[in-house]
Amino acid sequence: MLADTSVKTLDKVVIRFSGDSGDGMQLVGNIFTNVSAGLGNEVSTFPDYPAEIRAPQGSLGGVSGFQVSVGTGVHTPGDKCDVLVAMNPAALKQNVRHLAHGGIIIVDIDSFKQSDLDKAKFTTDNPFRELNLNEDQVLMVPVTSMTKAALADSGLDNKSITKCRNFFALGLVCWLFDRPLDSVLHFIKKKFGRKPAILEANSKVFRAGYDYGANSHASVSTYRIETKEARPGIYTDINGNTATAWGLIMASEKSGRPLFLGSYPITPATDILHELAKRKDLGVKAVQMEDEIAGVCSAIGASFAGNLGVTSTSGPGLALKSEGIGLAVMAELPLVVIDVQRGGPSTGLPTKTEQTDLMQALYGRNGESPVAVVAPVSPTDCFTMAFEAARIAMEHMTPVILLTDAFIGNGSSAWRIPDADEYPAIKPPFLPAERLLDGTWQPYERRDDNKVRYWAIPGTEGAMHRLGGLEKDYFTGAISNDPVNHERMINVRREKVARIASDIPELEVIGPDDADVLLMGWGGTYGHLRTAANELNCQGLKVAFAQLRYINPLPANTGEVLSRYGKVIVAELNTGMLADYLQAKFPKTDISRINKIQGQPFLVEEVVEAVKNIIQK
Amino acid sequence: MQDTTKYVAADYKSDQPVRWCPGCGDHAILNSLHKTMAALGVAPHKTAVISGIGCSSRLPYYMNSYGFHTIHGRAAAVATGFKLANPEMTVWQISGDGDGLAIGGNHFIHAVRRNIDINILLFNNKIYGLTKGQYSPTSARGFVSKSSPYGTTEDPFIPAELVFGARGNFFARSIDVELQITQEVLLAAGRHRGTSVCEILQNCVIYNNGIHSPITDREYRADRTIHLVHGEKMLFGKDKRRGLVRDGFLLKAVDLDKDPYTIDDVLVHDAHTPSNFLHQQLAMMDGTELPLAVGIIRDVESPVYNEAVEQQVREVKAAHGFDSLRSMILAGDTWEVK
Repeated sequence: MLADTSVKTLDKVVIRFSGDSGDGMQLVGNIFTNVSAGLGNEVSTFPDYPAEIRAPQGSLGGVSGFQVSVGTGVHTPGDKCDVLVAMNPAALKQNVRHLAHGGIIIVDIDSFKQSDLDKAKFTTDNPFRELNLNEDQVLMVPVTSMTKAALADSGLDNKSITKCRNFFALGLVCWLFDRPLDSVLHFIKKKFGRKPAILEANSKVFRAGYDYGANSHASVSTYRIETKEARPGIYTDINGNTATAWGLIMASEKSGRPLFLGSYPITPATDILHELAKRKDLGVKAVQMEDEIAGVCSAIGASFAGNLGVTSTSGPGLALKSEGIGLAVMAELPLVVIDVQRGGPSTGLPTKTEQTDLMQALYGRNGESPVAVVAPVSPTDCFTMAFEAARIAMEHMTPVILLTDAFIGNGSSAWRIPDADEYPAIKPPFLPAERLLDGTWQPYERRDDNKVRYWAIPGTEGAMHRLGGLEKDYFTGAISNDPVNHERMINVRREKVARIASDIPELEVIGPDDADVLLMGWGGTYGHLRTAANELNCQGLKVAFAQLRYINPLPANTGEVLSRYGKVIVAELNTGMLADYLQAKFPKTDISRINKIQGQPFLVEEVVEAVKNIIQK
Repeated sequence: MQDTTKYVAADYKSDQPVRWCPGCGDHAILNSLHKTMAALGVAPHKTAVISGIGCSSRLPYYMNSYGFHTIHGRAAAVATGFKLANPEMTVWQISGDGDGLAIGGNHFIHAVRRNIDINILLFNNKIYGLTKGQYSPTSARGFVSKSSPYGTTEDPFIPAELVFGARGNFFARSIDVELQITQEVLLAAGRHRGTSVCEILQNCVIYNNGIHSPITDREYRADRTIHLVHGEKMLFGKDKRRGLVRDGFLLKAVDLDKDPYTIDDVLVHDAHTPSNFLHQQLAMMDGTELPLAVGIIRDVESPVYNEAVEQQVREVKAAHGFDSLRSMILAGDTWEVK
């Protein structure tokens, strides 16, 4: 690969930046992504960082990675990388398993001294041979010394200079993939504009890296990455957590209800709080409460007061919020609960992705307490589904749990900024003035069609009413211990949530009409499963594909879709929660399972193999 | 627009039958609250009463206002979100000693620390009533109850001390049977901007009958309590011939007829002084060596959380000038595909 001299054209390429968690790999990875997206490439990213803020420098536990796929037909960050940047031996050792066959490795050879090798627990003095690497694959670049040389006259101290070396690596990678210098320099300026000395140093080191590639490796081929004709419009780069925050703001605009977030910091959901805290400029009130319970309870208070009440968390926080969600079920108030899923149980794997909160979302409360559950399929879909969660919550007066995950929450892709009229107006069931005037309104009276009660906003004269967690009388909403009334209320709350099915899109199936096998998943595994389904069809196996975004209630046509296939294969990042759920609802369906619980997304390749094994069995 | 309607106590009463035990101290507090609300003049539809779980937390059902009987311990958190979302509303939060200081202790101290504009009524009967008689976080060491058959082996909270520890700016105390003083403190709480905490010593007639009697019984009350009034001498006793004076860093109760002190030595109560040093000492008096203080002990103006939030929203909105989500996004890094 290194011997060629031409410019090669690629459909897509996967690059993985890796180094110490303090080496700035996420930053340069993000810049590379933004620049590529700006060129019209499709992008998909996967930040893979350790839970520790700063593990010992150079240790295996402190390695931070950022993988990005750019090009056309990009649905995932890629199973394996074509280029691996490793800033030290520990990064090399931890990430070499992610390298594609024939991929290139760029290392900072200055950080491969004996002490560095020891920290990464290499046992010989040749780490490349020890990892069975062909040394032709490895570009050994003196990144640290070149960085020092570039900044010799800068007046910066040694520590500050060393901190710039990530930009040397970025320069080299940008040269390799023909990224425009100006565009990168623009992002560097945006990031460091307030620190002129650092801005200048990073820009200089970036250019040095770029020039180093051009001068020293003239014989190495560079790459042109294909650009697909994208839908015209204005685009930005967005990660799933930001998209979630923005989708809620859109719902607030479309409903006229102010947005309130009550939250508590928790990995990997905190960025939603960060983003909404910034959006005071749009009138959002985002409050860091004293704990998870206060987060959900303040949101419920805000909903009672007439706002769109939202709380954001991850699995352990969802557990703490259970009782509060039950209160919102009983009070029949709108509430959006965002769970950016991570590895569990307990504290589990805070920075890693999993889909193991599905059962908690569906059933994790005392009593019969149905809520709506929806799950976006990609970073940009977080916008749409956060909007949908808020729409359903307000129009159906119910808590809605939005299940994203660490993979799509942190992952990013290019996103066309929607026009305001692309999303529908949200029409909450406000108490009509005429119902107040005739004096017969009762707080729990319901509309016939969808069983939804009216939302009477505090401050309204004549609509004073009391809500609470005790069982309500079906008509008046007063406390009731009547046994028959209780069962009736249980049933009507269930029916209310079930009827949301007539207010959501049908389940779409992609793939050949004559397939007898349906590959199915839910939420954030969409990119991998869709790519795997494509791959299977390319290999001549007829496999249809569907991804669930609405889980409770299911789209109205779900049973009909499942009945079309002799075999349904449900792939998910847990031990089979969706499969169990579907099997219970549709007992006649022949469901096979593909499961992975390693804190990592699926690999396309492993899904393809697993589907083949199931089909050929 | 200023609401000039005159309200009477009945305007705040709901049609629900009151279900507390006959003789329960809650009845008197509820009546005081109805009267206070009329005196305060905030319309029923601009009033919200939010509670947790426990006997006292049933109170919202007996109010003709917006009300929310939430879950155990969480009333302060619900009230915080409510007030932030709808700052036009006047918010009363009702909690007992178990609800507010045990399961809800965290929310209680943080509400006080933030100084959100809600009025917290803490009904303190030193027992769990609704669960039928367990000791609470305000029960004295050694207290015998169903869950402490041999007496508790732990010290109680003194609610005032928690409030001061959380940097509270309004603390007042009353006794359920002292209707006038209860209305006086509730009215001051309603007028105070920021979190106000009113501890009301309340008698549970079934599970802890007489717990406050050593202080509140008619025969001792004058000598064992002192009604503090801002700007007035700290005098107590039947003929107001006893008073509080400084004794080094501490307080001392003196008898003006027997001890070598004159009226000039007796301290004047200043509820509005920012320093909480003396307020704490007054609030910690327990009716033994020094009389238990009732009335408004501390009432100090301080930045109000929800007002600061509103102001910050206004300032940031004005500084950025976005009219929609789209305009905010377009001001960031974007590119156009044609």
